[in-house]
Amino acid sequence: MQYQATVRIEQKAGMLDPEGTTAKRALGQLGYQVSNVKTAKLYEIVLEAESVEIANQKVDEMCQKLIANPIIHNYTIDLKELN
Amino acid sequence: MKIAILQFGGTNCDQDVLHVLKDVVGVDAETVWYKQEDLTGFDGVVVPGGFSYGDYLRAGAIAARTPIMNSVKKLAAEGKPVLGICNGFQILTEARVLEGALTTNEYPKFRCHWTNLRVETVDTPFTSKFRKGEVIRMPIAHMEGQFYAEEKTLAELDENEQVVFRYVDENGKVTDEANPNGSLENIAGIVNTSRNIFGLMPHPERASESILGSDDGLRVFESMVDYITENF
Repeated sequence: MQYQATVRIEQKAGMLDPEGTTAKRALGQLGYQVSNVKTAKLYEIVLEAESVEIANQKVDEMCQKLIANPIIHNYTIDLKELN
Repeated sequence: MKIAILQFGGTNCDQDVLHVLKDVVGVDAETVWYKQEDLTGFDGVVVPGGFSYGDYLRAGAIAARTPIMNSVKKLAAEGKPVLGICNGFQILTEARVLEGALTTNEYPKFRCHWTNLRVETVDTPFTSKFRKGEVIRMPIAHMEGQFYAEEKTLAELDENEQVVFRYVDENGKVTDEANPNGSLENIAGIVNTSRNIFGLMPHPERASESILGSDDGLRVFESMVDYITENF
């Protein structure tokens, strides 16, 4: 089966998010009052796997090995089956 | 003695390090393309600065997972010195041979200017030619140089005297103004617990000849070469 994994990488709570802070400030300059802006990175990975469980396991491995840095990131994986 | 200078796609400080080692310090050094997986015959490694793989994913992430890094780990396990400068420091943290991580500067822009650094320990193969507490000058040039580590790791780094350089003002004081990137505890460079792997964000090769404005960085390379001469 073919699956598409959407992986969302975000910084751990308590870490500085310089891009988010800058965007918040810039939005303020444009007249928008926002209380917080947080940035995250999204990866869409298409892969073959025998089952959704195996696909999830593979993508989790990819995150651990390369896509995320567990010292500074949390990540979530959302899987859908492709036709 | 021969020192390897690694080259990945996007490395751009390799020739500067080669010049300092060969023409200024006067030792044998060679650039090594990352596809070569064997570092037999080398007594030390420099992972120079640049933008390996365009800093895609995270700075240093892809280079850290190339097979040549296994050879670097093997060489380090023999006690030989490994020096990571700027992108090299990012690669060494991504390869998990150094603690912590380097992330986007607190003020998220590329910063390129001189910094004052305080020498926190001379008990490393890279700082034997300095005096403890000495204030030295080296330039930085990076966008992702903010050193981050969890509290427990930071405490361990302090306890084991693994912090080598901190950003300070010209009087040697740790201040927020002297911190160019928001690094925790103004950390500019650290060593591993065995002390033979050193990563730093400032560029010692750009401060190795007085004509450049400072030759303080030269002593990093001279210390490394002394260590190799004495031990290998």
